[in-house]
Amino acid sequence: MTAPLLQVEQLECERDDRVLIKNLSFELYNGEILQVEGANGSGKTTLLRVLCGLSDEFQGELTWCGRPRRRVEADFRRQTLYCGHLTGIKMALSPRENLRWILQVKGVSAADAPAQPSLDQALHDVGLGGFEDVPVYTLSAGQKRRVALARLLVEPARLWVLDEPFTAIDRHGVAELEGLIQGHAAKGGSVLITSHHALELNGLRSLQLGLGRGAWQIN
Amino acid sequence: MANQLEPAMWSGMLAIIKRDIVIAFRQRGDMVNPLFFFIMVIALFPLGMGPEPGTLQKIAPGVIWIAALLSTLLSVDSLFRQDFDDGALELTLMSPQPLFVLAFGKVLAHWLVTALPLICVAPVLGVMMFMDVNTIKVTLYSLLLGTPVLSMISAIGAALTVGLHKGGVLVAVIALPLYIPVLIFGTSAVEAAAMGHPFAGQLAYLAAFLILAFTFAPFAIATGLRISVNG
Repeated sequence: MTAPLLQVEQLECERDDRVLIKNLSFELYNGEILQVEGANGSGKTTLLRVLCGLSDEFQGELTWCGRPRRRVEADFRRQTLYCGHLTGIKMALSPRENLRWILQVKGVSAADAPAQPSLDQALHDVGLGGFEDVPVYTLSAGQKRRVALARLLVEPARLWVLDEPFTAIDRHGVAELEGLIQGHAAKGGSVLITSHHALELNGLRSLQLGLGRGAWQIN
Repeated sequence: MANQLEPAMWSGMLAIIKRDIVIAFRQRGDMVNPLFFFIMVIALFPLGMGPEPGTLQKIAPGVIWIAALLSTLLSVDSLFRQDFDDGALELTLMSPQPLFVLAFGKVLAHWLVTALPLICVAPVLGVMMFMDVNTIKVTLYSLLLGTPVLSMISAIGAALTVGLHKGGVLVAVIALPLYIPVLIFGTSAVEAAAMGHPFAGQLAYLAAFLILAFTFAPFAIATGLRISVNG
């Protein structure tokens, strides 16, 4: 049996003296999709930020591929794609320039990702064909979100951490994104996702937060 | 493994420098404001102090240096602000590449778009303040060595305060005391040159500050950024 991609043990998060999550333990294996659910303010984003290493205000053990995450931090970050509420998309740059710097900062070179589609192809696939060279501030909210989602096509990663990726996306786009997530899982990738949508995905597990006093439930 | 990582490490830093320069040229306000401030402050002195060459020559080194210092302080609040607000900072933190290298690139880009134009116009302002050619040359050397130090120091303050929503004054409080040695050696190099004394010693001190800042500040900036994003 291979080690889980991500293992969480006895995780406890507080925010402003409020216990959000207590004694959370779960494993995420290759090919699994876990949807984090809960009311607004129940700690979904806090949990994702803790799991990504953007926040260290927690207690508990995080294990990546069988090793403590803090020991394999660089490898963890190379294999993880985080797309938060704030997408990191620069308004003054074009979609193509945005994708390019995101890949370069992550250290992805063309040689690392021979099987990945080119940036223009990815932008075309997320419905931004013809918008590759216009500044992002001229795009609509949904199109801006799609620029960020084009990362899913070009950035090689085993774990996708998506915080409300469906915000401002139209119905057709939601179906496409679900397809992408399903495809990623089918290829052995794992997905952590928060969303208020009822996702139509095979093998979806869900983690319910915000049941009071840091209680949670996993299905 | 280490060898494989190296080119990618620099590519991340270069990507950040290139991105920030492109953005600066598309949103010129951030670039023009400090420059305009620098020119205005220095241009106001002859009006306020009277146009006697003797007086202006005497205060010129101090005026140019203080104007450079204040315009650095003015521009530094925007250094990490945009990246923090649009989430680019989170992406930078999630990069497998060492954060201190990326932070160094960020500050370097900021210096290139805010301080370098100011150094380019300094000779003209020097002529306006009746400085002679040799003194202007030393002013340029001292600014070239000193302003990156100021940028690095203020970036530490900016990194620590970017998470707070009202960090403006706090950056000044954190950074100003650390500016003082740079200001002292910068102005004293120019004054020595104006009086015909040797000035290499002061410039060597500035160079030493520069090396010190380049070596240690990126780590402090990286830690400050992690703390700010954490909150």
